[in-house]
Amino acid sequence: MAFSDSTRGLFTDEIEKIKEDGLFKEKRFICSEQDAEIEVEYPEGAPHAKVLNFCANNYLGLSSHPDVIKAAHEGLDTRGYGMSSVRFICGTQDIHRELQDKVSAFLGMEDTLLFPSCMDANSGVFEAILGQEDVIIADRLIHASLVDGIRLCSAEYDTFKHMNMKHLKKKLELHQDKRTRLVVTDGVFSMDGDLAPLDSMVDLCNQYDAMLLVDDSHASGFIGKTGRGTHEHFGVIDGIDIITTTFGKGLGGASGGCVSGRSELIELCRQKARPYLFSNSLAPPIVSGSIKVIDLISSSTERRDKLEWNTKYFREKMEEAGLDMRPGETPIVPVMLYNAKLANDMARDMYAEGIYVIGFCFPVVPAGKARIRVQLSAAHEKEHLDKCVKAFRKIGEKYGILGLGKNEIIEKYGR
Amino acid sequence: MDEMKEVVLEYITDEYLDEDDEDEVSYDSPLISSGIVDSFSMVSLKRFLETKYSIKLSDEEATPEAFDTVNSICILVGKHLG
Repeated sequence: MAFSDSTRGLFTDEIEKIKEDGLFKEKRFICSEQDAEIEVEYPEGAPHAKVLNFCANNYLGLSSHPDVIKAAHEGLDTRGYGMSSVRFICGTQDIHRELQDKVSAFLGMEDTLLFPSCMDANSGVFEAILGQEDVIIADRLIHASLVDGIRLCSAEYDTFKHMNMKHLKKKLELHQDKRTRLVVTDGVFSMDGDLAPLDSMVDLCNQYDAMLLVDDSHASGFIGKTGRGTHEHFGVIDGIDIITTTFGKGLGGASGGCVSGRSELIELCRQKARPYLFSNSLAPPIVSGSIKVIDLISSSTERRDKLEWNTKYFREKMEEAGLDMRPGETPIVPVMLYNAKLANDMARDMYAEGIYVIGFCFPVVPAGKARIRVQLSAAHEKEHLDKCVKAFRKIGEKYGILGLGKNEIIEKYGR
Repeated sequence: MDEMKEVVLEYITDEYLDEDDEDEVSYDSPLISSGIVDSFSMVSLKRFLETKYSIKLSDEEATPEAFDTVNSICILVGKHLG
């Protein structure tokens, strides 16, 4: 057997190191549909507990929507379970084309290409469209999948301070000697919930002849008046060259992603993007479910309006309760605790109160900026939000942090 | 060497800290292990050093350990300058 004891020891040591560093991810099992209220087995083997879910990306509450489930069933019945092929051999059905067209229309882009996930879209897009004569200029807090994609590409890359337009301008000036410049940002940043200033970014890109790519995974379906995304929010739909996004969050929550944008760039992805060329087509039930999602949110803004109301209400009540939150207007609400142990202890106590939230600490967020990230959903009712705020009041009082600001929390618990 | 340390420190402060940032960086402050500079944004610092001192740093040399303090960065650059 090649897996000797000493080989096994190498891996167990590495796992132990992850545990020692406090970065070990425990198993948690959801024993129900994804929804506002879920049944959870945690820790493994414990009796199931009914808890309110405040850590899902189920922004529009569509993960278990009856119309979406029905559409997925229809996809399964009429187009089968899987394609057993990559897209370009015999893996493209009429429904793949239909979904791509609908996404293009919804996002206001020229063309769209589906990928197995947005992670794959972000891994493949840069290498497909850029070469070593080009430069990518990225916000320092972009999602890890964009970082991976940028590293896979032969183009030079540089970074600018998070949402700092003065610094971006400086970098655009520095790289005027390159063939093309591609500025990369998240639309909504997943850990802080802040919105990239796309209006200023579009202006700078126009001024310095740069393209702009936005990963709108935490925005598609609900940011902007009709939920088109961050570009709609800032009124710059025509100024964006590429949007990458996912069907795994607000848009139904199953899986799959896409690259949407200028038709020539999408064609290059179709010809050259390796995750598109070398992985299977999105399965028919997911494609059919995603088409239904786009239809639902194109015909009514009811769900994104409810999410907007939930966000305002929750932030107001949490502020009244005296929690220190990063200000913002998105359904990602970071409750700042700064100290990693405090964040994890409070998240555990919140779970005991029936509220499922997670503590985040370095290296997922910058050192000394540990927090509990609350994610709101259109599936939450007012009583769910009230219960969550009540639990935060109780647990916040237990740890003596209500009404305290950053410096006071750090003074009490350290960073 | 002292002049180089000043130049590198000034670049790091300008490139990596925000105006309202409370972090203060000295010659021996950890940069990578403290999260002030991450492995992704380290590329700007590498490019600056290569341009400023007309040297080429290989990926094997430009490690998070070698880039962790102003002191260690200057030792690495110093090796190239002889």
